[in-house]
Order: sequence, then structure tokens, then C-alpha cells
Amino acid sequence: MLTHKKTNVEKLAENLGNEPIAGRSLWRDAMHRFSRNKAAMAGLVVLGLIVLFAAIGPFVAAWHYSDIDWSLMGNAASAGQPSIANGHYFGIDDLGRDLFARTVQGSQISLLVGTIGALIAVVIGTLYGATAGYFGGRVDSIMMRTVDILMSIPYMFFLILLLVMFGRSILLIFIGIGAISWLEMARIVRGQTLSIKNKEYIEAAIASGVRPFKIVLRHVVPNLLGVVIVYATLLVPQMILTESFISFLGLGVQEPQTSWGALINDGAGTMRYGTLWQLMFPLGFFIATLLSFFFVGDGLRDALDPKDR
Amino acid sequence: MFNFVLRRIAVAIPTLLILVSVSFFLMFSAPGGPFTSERPIPAAVMENINAKYNLDKPVYQQLSIYIWNIVTEFDFGPSFRYQDRDVLDLIQSGFPVTLTYGFWAFVFAVGIGVSLGVIAALKHNTAADYTAVSVAIVGQVLPNFVMAPILVLIFVLWLGWLPGGGWQGGQIEYIILPAIALGTSFLASIARITRSSMLEVLNSNYIRTARAKGLPFRYIIWRHALKPAMLPVVSYLGPAFVGMITGSVIIDSYFTTGGIGVHFINGALNRDYAVIMGVTILLGTLTITFNMLVDIIYAWIDPKIRY
Amino acid sequence: MKTLHKTLAAALVSASLAGTPVLAEDTHPVTGEQLADEQVFTYRALDESSSLDPQVVEDVDGSYIVRDLFEGLLNSDPEGNIVPGVAERWETDDNQTWTFYLRDDAKWSDGEPVTANDFVYAWRRAVDPELASPYAWYMSLMALENVDAVLEGEMEGSELGVEALDDHTLRVNLTRPMPYFDQMVTHATTFPSPQWVIEEHGDDWTKPGNLVGNGAFVLTEHVINERLVRERNELYWDNDSNLMDKVVTLVINDENQALNRYDAGELDKTDIPAGQYPAQEAERPDEAHVFPRLCNYYYSFNNEVAPFDDARVRKALAYAIDRNVVVDNVLQGGQFPAYTFTPALTAGFTTPDVAWGQWTQAERDERARELLAEAGYGPDNPLRTSLLYNTDEAHRKVAIAVSAMWKQKLGVEATLENQEWTTFLTTRSEGDYEIARGAWCGDYNEASTFLDLMQSGSGYNDANYDSEEYDRLAAEAQTMSDPSANYTKMEELAAEDMPNAPVYHYTGIIMVKPDLKGWPYEDVQQNIYSRNLYKVAQ
Repeated sequence: MLTHKKTNVEKLAENLGNEPIAGRSLWRDAMHRFSRNKAAMAGLVVLGLIVLFAAIGPFVAAWHYSDIDWSLMGNAASAGQPSIANGHYFGIDDLGRDLFARTVQGSQISLLVGTIGALIAVVIGTLYGATAGYFGGRVDSIMMRTVDILMSIPYMFFLILLLVMFGRSILLIFIGIGAISWLEMARIVRGQTLSIKNKEYIEAAIASGVRPFKIVLRHVVPNLLGVVIVYATLLVPQMILTESFISFLGLGVQEPQTSWGALINDGAGTMRYGTLWQLMFPLGFFIATLLSFFFVGDGLRDALDPKDR
Repeated sequence: MFNFVLRRIAVAIPTLLILVSVSFFLMFSAPGGPFTSERPIPAAVMENINAKYNLDKPVYQQLSIYIWNIVTEFDFGPSFRYQDRDVLDLIQSGFPVTLTYGFWAFVFAVGIGVSLGVIAALKHNTAADYTAVSVAIVGQVLPNFVMAPILVLIFVLWLGWLPGGGWQGGQIEYIILPAIALGTSFLASIARITRSSMLEVLNSNYIRTARAKGLPFRYIIWRHALKPAMLPVVSYLGPAFVGMITGSVIIDSYFTTGGIGVHFINGALNRDYAVIMGVTILLGTLTITFNMLVDIIYAWIDPKIRY
Repeated sequence: MKTLHKTLAAALVSASLAGTPVLAEDTHPVTGEQLADEQVFTYRALDESSSLDPQVVEDVDGSYIVRDLFEGLLNSDPEGNIVPGVAERWETDDNQTWTFYLRDDAKWSDGEPVTANDFVYAWRRAVDPELASPYAWYMSLMALENVDAVLEGEMEGSELGVEALDDHTLRVNLTRPMPYFDQMVTHATTFPSPQWVIEEHGDDWTKPGNLVGNGAFVLTEHVINERLVRERNELYWDNDSNLMDKVVTLVINDENQALNRYDAGELDKTDIPAGQYPAQEAERPDEAHVFPRLCNYYYSFNNEVAPFDDARVRKALAYAIDRNVVVDNVLQGGQFPAYTFTPALTAGFTTPDVAWGQWTQAERDERARELLAEAGYGPDNPLRTSLLYNTDEAHRKVAIAVSAMWKQKLGVEATLENQEWTTFLTTRSEGDYEIARGAWCGDYNEASTFLDLMQSGSGYNDANYDSEEYDRLAAEAQTMSDPSANYTKMEELAAEDMPNAPVYHYTGIIMVKPDLKGWPYEDVQQNIYSRNLYKVAQ
């Protein structure tokens, strides 16, 4: 479930590598193509709405996400349905807490975690891959061998050890996960860099005496942006999925904070006890978000990859 | 070619050694140990336990003993938790279970995924395309731990067709639900890969030529397009296979099939060091082997690739 | 000669197992109920048990399996009373020297007779440093002569205070009088074990096919983390009264999934998830059962670190927990609000009327606010702390409710910390916490099994409670013939110092199919013996 999209991204990488770098007009072209892709645009709109929901939700909610409605506590199945009257727009959870406020809170955490995790993976992966690709030779082969070795370590194993050691902080967990999810990124970026580094403008930079690291940062990385953006949109949903897995193990975010994964896990457990809304609301947001990310990712790939229209 | 294969194998062995060492040290840095219990064990007894399992020695020494036993006797040691079982016993009983329903999960995922992908490609950018892709993605993003109870609700409680869990030596009715629950998470990837490679093939010159010649479209799809479009799917099966084993963690614990996934998660939670190491080595070896095979096959197909 | 004997016997056993397993009877010999044709009991276990070795087994589920496969000196009946097991009768004059007279028709499942030497072997084995059993501490709890020295490896096992006077007489010497010693020998650690089998197979002796027991069932199948099957042992001395032919344990980690499978008819018994009892009870009153257990649930304050080195703070937080809400609205399984550490149902224990238990909740809340203010905490200086619990649905719910009560009533900000079990135990035993969840199930039915926890020297005193007076009372109680006066004083002292905040006393909450009879609902220790269960025809 965590190993998808390799082929597509690699293909894109190849294609991008073959394209001449045409400056701004390529981006404008891409933007135009993207805006014509209805699915991708819809995805973007939905994502925008969900971010908006997470941002202004706390001001709309009638309850705080950690407050217990003592009058309804323990009566979720019979009296906890979604209701405008008592302020529980999404109903309540098993303990009598407002599910609307909790879904808002969960959205914040899940989006945050997805973004941070992906960001870390992207930053490390890009710098690592660009360095390896640019310097080439022995540096490259040592760096990429290291990636090969790290890739063969079962991912889940690390995840569980990280949970055990950093169990108390969700942010730390995701820095950890982000830090081991950069491998794929590094590989792709390196491949890209190999094709970029022989370009005239790089040679010109070298000739004018710019220091190697500055070349990597100023001239190589910006030209990798297309592939990086596409890959990042695919990493975010991966991170959100990973978070839900951690929540399933009961090792995720600490109460009373929550996440989509934690809410879904609770809801799935009580699915057959007549409190279906506890599953449907968080699950709806979860699926809508991931779906949107995939469509946006696909749209971006199509847009940035003119060959495949 | 032969040299290339040799070199890959030569790299694989130190890779595995590094993997084992890193895991070993990481494992020992986790709080608690296999004999951490609610009732503190008397110091004298604890000493005996530690001596029995070599836990009183420095970690690097334990590591070398461990590797030595594997290399010389293929002995992965006894489970720290299940005293009448060796790690090999557990792997031998658990791995076939995971492999069996994993295989059927694959058959399911490839069957549905390829169909959805082909439909999406043929009806590119239509409602059918979006529907197929959405169905596939919903299957992928619906976490296993939601999928599994939904399946149980439908097939066990409402329809009463299938048992809700267990393995019973692998009778067919016990395989179906775990296979579907696991398969849905790979279905989407397969559908998406199929879709894009199918699109590419359909736009290629030889398909255009075939169409220009006036061959029936259906015939072109079956005879000319499908096969090349499947190549990327086949190469995806390697990493997906490893992902499947990790995905089995949830499936095994929900359906209690006794598969390898549950040994892994319980091993980590119980700090059953020997089991964690055993499963890690198994997974690591598989991952390395599959990566190697993929590389070798690619090198064989495309001589331009140089490593 | 011995080997031949054993092989023959083994052949006999397997022949009789393969033969006609169903008893000819159609009705229950006592109640006269019509019996079902198929006597198979299938139940859910939360986790795989770590061992089936009687001297090693640690968990409740595992002990139940061991009770089916082996039999100790004494058993408990469905009401929890002590009844003869392998020992037909037993006697003691001073509660310090005990003599057990073994029946001569007790046999191992390979046909060997069960002798006093098998017990001596097993007891020495339990404390043998070689075996390094994680449950060896139980033997020192029994106060056998020289037990600690043997455990330390300073004395030979032969010096342990247990000896076989002849094949059917077992003599036990204790270091001090122990009126409830007979209770302690119903525990799995004290069950006999077959020396010849263990010597032949080593660690593998508990695998199906190897395992030889003296209980009502023999082990026939065991797949780790999936299932365990045990079937009738025809050689068991009381086989005639056993109506059950086969017992199947299914390991199911997820409690909701277990209930699904119960509903699908795959299980005869399962646990009810936290909070689901009322709904199940309303739907199926004859299947949902609640009964008291000999277990408590409490929050430990770390008495050594500020602010919980101040008894006023501890008391304030303990008072502010509305136990009726926890019991009625969160857990909803008939649990008992707890104001004392020891459950009221403990044998020979009368719950003292500790003052705070008599107040109304409003009075407790009022007093809590005063105490906290006296200790210097208030709206300007809110108390911030953390509450540690291990990963579990019910613990999570209780912790959320309790922290919300503290926040609402006292303005206390308690951060919740959930850790998986092994990490949790490590953190708690290292004292690296402020408030932590705790629970204890009685090892035997006597108040000291609970009250000993709060002694300063106890290894389980996670609260780090240190009271000379309490320790003195506990030490004194050990030698008293009727220690109940001291137990009352100890509870009163605990109410004054409040090292732990008792929350509730457990109940067992289970679903049992209506055709399954004989479940020991009355036994607070839930010592289940499958041979007492049977299925009636429907």
C-alpha cells in the first residue's frame, strides 16, 4: 500500500529529462494544460475546501474538541446522532465529544503530518540526489549504494521501532518517517540531475567559477522542480495513509488530540453498534483528500509531461 | 552479464549484514526487553534469564554470536516469548500462510486492476475513466482496517457465506476475505500503471499503423496493445510483493490467520528479539533478492543500462 | 521397561481418542438437562499465551489452558471454594506445615501414575535458576522454606521446603504460618510436571504430541497466534464427570472482530467491548453476563516527585474523579466504584467505611477544590501534570473522562500519554511518570494480595509510597491469625495518604451462548475448568 507510483514518476523523470528546459513558457504551458484537466481542477478545489474546513472549523464548532458533553456521554448510539439543535453537527464520539470539532482537529493534524513528512522527504531526497548526481563518480556510487542498502531495510520495521522510541511525539514520528521516505526521491532526482548537469548553462556556471554546492542549489535544484512537485503530491497522501496505520496500532497522536486515522479507527471499531456517523465523517474527509491528491498529482504529471496528453 | 550478476550478489551480502547490524542495535535501543513484566522478576532470576539468552553480553558480542549461529548452523535461535518454538518454526508456519493469501490477493488485484486500467485508458478522459480511477483509488486509500470489518460485516454477518477469520490449514473459505482485504490496496496501483502504460501504447506508432490497416479495434487491443502495456505492471510486482508482506500486519492481526505479519508486530511489541531479527532478515533477503532480480532483468532487456 | 510401558500407554490413549469420544449419556447427571450431541467449546483469547509449561506460564488465558492440561493438588469449584484435586485430603495444625495425601488413581496422559515426587520435581523446577521462570516469584510468595536462597542459587533445589514422604504423601514446610496456603496450590505454577518427558524433549516438551499432562484434556493442536485445540483425556481420574469433549482457543486480538465472530456462530464465548454491555444486554439478555472479578483499577501518583509528594494534591485529584460516571457512562459494565484499594468481595475482608467514600460527589468535589487551593494551586497557578496509560480502548476512555473531570472541576491540565505495554511498564517501574494507570488481580483470594502492593519494599509499589506505619501493620498482619483489623487500618491509612486513587473494581463482562452451561460466574477469581462446562441440546 506504500509502494505505488514508482513507475509513473520514473517515466516522468525520463521524459522531463529528455525535454529541453524552455524556461517560463514550459510552466505557462503546463499551467494551461493543468487548468484544462477537470479531474485535477476538481481535486484542487476539494483540497482547498478541506484546508479551509481545517482552518475555520474551530470558529464554527459549537464545542471544543476535547470537551465532553456529559449529558450525552455513554449514549452515543441512541442520542448522539448528528444534530444542528445541540451543536453536534457531526454527532458525538463514544465519550460524548463533539465529532465536528474532532474532525476539524483531525484534519489539521493529518494535513500537517502529511505536509511535514512529505516536505522533509522532498528536501532530503532532492539535496541528496542532486549532490550524488552532480558530483558523479565515486561520490555518486557511494551515495547511491547507501540508498540501495537503506531501501532494502523493511520500512515497517523502522516505523515500529520509531513508534516505540519516539512514541510520545507525533511530530517526531513524522520527522522520522519523512527522513526514511526520501530514498525514492533521491533516486529520481539523481537520474534527473545526471541529464541536467551536461547542459550549457551548468557548464557556463562552472566556467565562471561558481562553487559546486552553489551550482547544485542555484542551477540544478530549480530545474528539478517539476519532478519534485509531482512526487511531493504523491508523498503527502502516502504520509496520511501511514499515519492511519500508526493510529490503527494505537501508537499515533496522543489524546485528546486526534487525526483522521485515529477517528476512522475508532469509527471502524464501532461500525456495527449503530454509530455509523463516527466512521463516515472522518472517512469521507480522508478519502476526499487522498482522492484529490491523486487527481492533482496525475494532472500535474500530465501537464508537466507534454508527450503524454 | 555474468559479471554483473556476480557483482550484484557480492553487494547483496554486505547489504544484508549491514541491515542485520543496524536492526540489531536499533532493537536494543528500544525501552524494555523481552522479559519486562508487570511483576518485576527477582534479580537472581533475571540474571539467569539474561545468561540463558546471552543478554548479559555486550550487544556487539550478541550480534556476532547471532550471525555466527546463522552462518554455521542456520540457527536463528529460540523465540524469547514462545519457549517451545524456534524462530524458524514460526517462520515456517507463518510464511506459507501469508504467501498463500498474498498470492490470491495478487490474482484479485491484477485481475480487477488491469481491467479497470484498460477501461480507463480506452475511455480516456471520460466519465468511465474517472469512475474507474476513482473506484481503484478508493480501494487503495480505504485503509485495510476499514476494509476488513466492512468485508466481515457483509460476507460474514449479513450473508453468512464465509467464516470471519482463522486459517484452519488454509481451506479456501478462510483465504477469500484476507485476500480481498489485502488485494484492494494494490488494485489501484496496478490500475493506474496499466492505464498510463496502455495510453502510451495506444499512442504508439505501431498501434496507429495497425488501426490504419483497418484491423478490428478489439483485436488490436488483445493482440498488440495488452502485452507491451503489461510490462510495467510486471515490474511493479516485485516491490508490491514486499509491500504485501508488510500489509499483512493488519490482515494477520484482524483475521488471526497466524501469518508472518502478526509475528512481526508481536515480536516488536513483546521485544521478542529473535523473532524480530528472524522476520527482518527474511523480509530484507526478499527485498534485496527482488531488487536484484529486477535489476538483472532490466540489464538483460536493455543492454544500454550500465551499473 | 519404562519406555515400553509409556509407548503402550500412548498407543492406548490415541486409540481411545480416535474411538468413540462421545459419552453415552444424554442428560446431565445432576441437573437432568438434555445434553447436546456435540460437546465442543470454542472461545476467544485476546493474545497468544507465552507458554503451556505450568512452571513458566504467566497470563490468565495461558493459566486456563494449563488448568485443562494439568491438575494441581487442589482445585476450586464453580463458586470458588477449594475442593480436592490430585490431593484427596490435606491437613495442617499450625498453617505452617502442610501435608497433602494424593489419590492413587491419578494418572499422566501416558499412563504413568501421578506421585508426590512429580510435585516435588515441579516445585524445585519452578525455582530452578536453570529454568529461569518469570513466575518463580510465585514460589517465594508461598513462603516455602529456603525458597529465596534457592532462587538466588545459594542453596540446592533439594533444600526447598517440600518433600515426598512416600508416593502419595507430600509434606510442605513454610517459613511462617499461612492460613490461605491451600488456596495458593490451585495456581498453575504449583502443578506437577512429568520429569521424564521434559528430560526427553527439552524446551519442546509442550508441543502437541510431546506434552504429557495429568489434566482432563490433552493438547492436540497448537498454531501460534491462531488456535489451540485440546481434547478429552480418557485417562484422567475423574473423566466420567467430564462432559466436554473438545475445547478450542481462537486468538483474536480485536475485541469487536471477536464479537462479530461470536455473532457468526464461530465462538461460544467472547468478551464484550468496553461500553457495549447495555446494548448487548438489551438485545440478548440471556447471553450477556456480568459478574464481579477480584481485580482493582487505580491511578498511581508518583509520591516521590512534586507535586504528588503533597498528600493534599493526591487527595484532591482522587476526590474529583466521579466514579459513578466512569462506571455508568464510560465502561457501562456493572463495575463497582472504588474508594478502597481492596475489592469488597475479597474473602474475609470487610470494606472499611473510609470517610470520603461516604460523601456525595458534590462534597468530594468541594473538598478537592479546597485541598488543591491549600496546596497552592488555583486559577492563577493551575496544576499541570501528565497521565500515563498503556494502549487499550478502555484505558483510553477512562483516562479521557478522568482528565476532563479534573480539568472541569479543578482546572487541572493533565496531558494524556499512551504507551505500548512494554514501554509503559519500563517507564512506570523507572518512576518516570506523574500519574499512571495501574490494575491488579488477586493472586489468591485474600486481602494481602492487594494490600502488599503499597508496602515500601514491594516491587510492585509503583507509587513509591513509603509509610513506616503501613509497613508495620503489613508485617504484623503476616503473623496474625485474624489480620482483618490490620487490613482495615491499612485501608484507612491509604485513604488518608492516598498514594493511589482507586477508581473501580472490575467485573467480568462476557457473551456466552445460551447452550453453554457451567460457567463459573460465582468465582471472583475466574478459575475456569473446561471439564465443568457442558452444552445443552436446544
